Amino acid sequence: MALSHEFQALTKSFSGFGVDEKSMISVLGKWHKDDIKSYRKESPHFVQDDRLFEKWVDHHVDFLKHEFLRLKNAVVLWTMHPWERDARLMKEAIDGPQAYGVIIEVACTRSSEELLGARRAYHSLFDHSIEEDIAYRVNDSHRKLLVGLVSSYRYEGTKVHEEIVKSEAKILCAAIKNADRKNPIEDEEVVRIVTTRSKPHLKAIFQHFKGINENLDGESTFDKTMQCLCTPQTYFSKVLDASLRHGADENTKVALTRVIVTRADEEDMKEIKEEYHKQHGVSLSKKIDDEVNGNFKDFLLTLIARGE
Amino acid sequence: MATNSVTEDCEQLRKAFAGWGTNEGLIISILAHRSSAQIKLIRETYAQTYGEDLLKDLDKELSSDFERVVVLWALDPAERDAFLANEATKRWTSSNQVLVEIACTRTSHQLLLAKQAYHARFKRSLEEDVAHHTSGDFRKLLVPLVSTYRYEGEEVNMTLAKSEAKILHEKISEKAYNHEDVIRILSTRSKAQINATLNYYKNEFGNDINKDLKTDPKDEFLAILRATVKCLTRPEKYFEKVLRLAINKRGTDEGALTRVVTTRAEIDMKIIKEEYHKRNSVTLDHAIGKDTTGDYEKMLLALVGHGDA
Repeated sequence: MALSHEFQALTKSFSGFGVDEKSMISVLGKWHKDDIKSYRKESPHFVQDDRLFEKWVDHHVDFLKHEFLRLKNAVVLWTMHPWERDARLMKEAIDGPQAYGVIIEVACTRSSEELLGARRAYHSLFDHSIEEDIAYRVNDSHRKLLVGLVSSYRYEGTKVHEEIVKSEAKILCAAIKNADRKNPIEDEEVVRIVTTRSKPHLKAIFQHFKGINENLDGESTFDKTMQCLCTPQTYFSKVLDASLRHGADENTKVALTRVIVTRADEEDMKEIKEEYHKQHGVSLSKKIDDEVNGNFKDFLLTLIARGE
Repeated sequence: MATNSVTEDCEQLRKAFAGWGTNEGLIISILAHRSSAQIKLIRETYAQTYGEDLLKDLDKELSSDFERVVVLWALDPAERDAFLANEATKRWTSSNQVLVEIACTRTSHQLLLAKQAYHARFKRSLEEDVAHHTSGDFRKLLVPLVSTYRYEGEEVNMTLAKSEAKILHEKISEKAYNHEDVIRILSTRSKAQINATLNYYKNEFGNDINKDLKTDPKDEFLAILRATVKCLTRPEKYFEKVLRLAINKRGTDEGALTRVVTTRAEIDMKIIKEEYHKRNSVTLDHAIGKDTTGDYEKMLLALVGHGDA
């Protein structure tokens, strides 16, 4: 006779993030067909069909497909060369329902050489340049910004010209204040500054905003771009938190794998963890432990514990 | 052709500077007949041996046109492009074609090396300087042109070529020369794809695109667009024209002769010479001989014949 706690364990392992392989094996493995039949009658994942049998809810099978695939996706992404990884992430973002966030994330959080490598890999994999594909597919006000961001080859030295920082901070401030009337990303000067200036230069501009209480922590494209360029750990912490919330959609959930796999070996994983803890009061590891199941969870936790 | 060792070259060059005046003939006979890789080695050895930068010594000892051609020639190709691009942004005017020339006639790899050299020398990116110093429609075109990292394969999508030729024709007919799609196509597509698109354009609509872009000979943006097309599709014709105008002293492209000769000597000078001879009734050597004098002339002629020796 199946116990109710086993029902609960199985239901839990069929929901949430990743699948709890151990529970499935220990519970399902030993159940007789009567136990499974009882489970089908009780479980919200099955419905009674008119022809008198309990069938799987379609979209739940789909859901399970995604959850079972999470470990495979994480492992494949992790073993990929970073250039191929970023090239494929961008291709997916361009082809799929427009995921501008991923394009901004990759274009802005990688170093100049890493982004260049991704552009090279994109040539090899897809016989096009990233910029031609984005320019062709993006037809709205985001085009100039996105093409500019993926085409950037920023100076990486620390030298910054104070007078230019000041004058460009003024330009950006004015654009932000005017945001209700005109989207900052449609302003030519904003796009110029954000797509060509070096990161140290942009961080210096960002410091000026702090002085006028502009935190740029909203969800707008402009805010996301500035966060990725100037405070990537804040951006990543937000994206991770959103992915771990209950009821998040697939596009949001998939960020968990992406962010952890792409940052695990970078110096900023430590900063991301610190920022996460600061923002949300719990450690990232604890949150993942609570919300994610099975081998997928173990893989993620192992990745983020590296270098500790 | 006798080949000195690098050490001998350095000694000779040092001797050329010694005493009163400078032995320009010696400088020409050495530098004009070395490849950029060899010159790099000479500069390094010169610096190790004499503790001085060969370029600075050249700068001290030589004057104006001759100096410029020698110094430009002695720079590594990527540094040369970075130097020329920086000069072009600092004294940018709407008739300046140097940025288009560098962005569009170099291979993706050469352009990348130039951008790296630009970072190293000027502590800024080429893109940010071009963006900062240009404005309006020119900025809209030039920034994407210098930022792009074109796919270099030969694959062509004919369906796309047809649809983009139609888009170009439509926008040109509407006189919307600065339209986003015109700029998008010219600044992101591979050279092979652009060639296919423009061939279709000519077959389908009867004219070469540059003919359709000549509606207003005074419009400087149209001139830049035509230069872009030419540089991407027929660089030897572009360079022939630049040389012809420079030699006949027409136009405002100062230093064009020096620039084209030093930047193309190791690349496609032979083809440019053929194009020049075809288009004018004299050879390029002959035209340079008539138009220039002295050491400047000697150095140019040596470089123009560089690959032939």
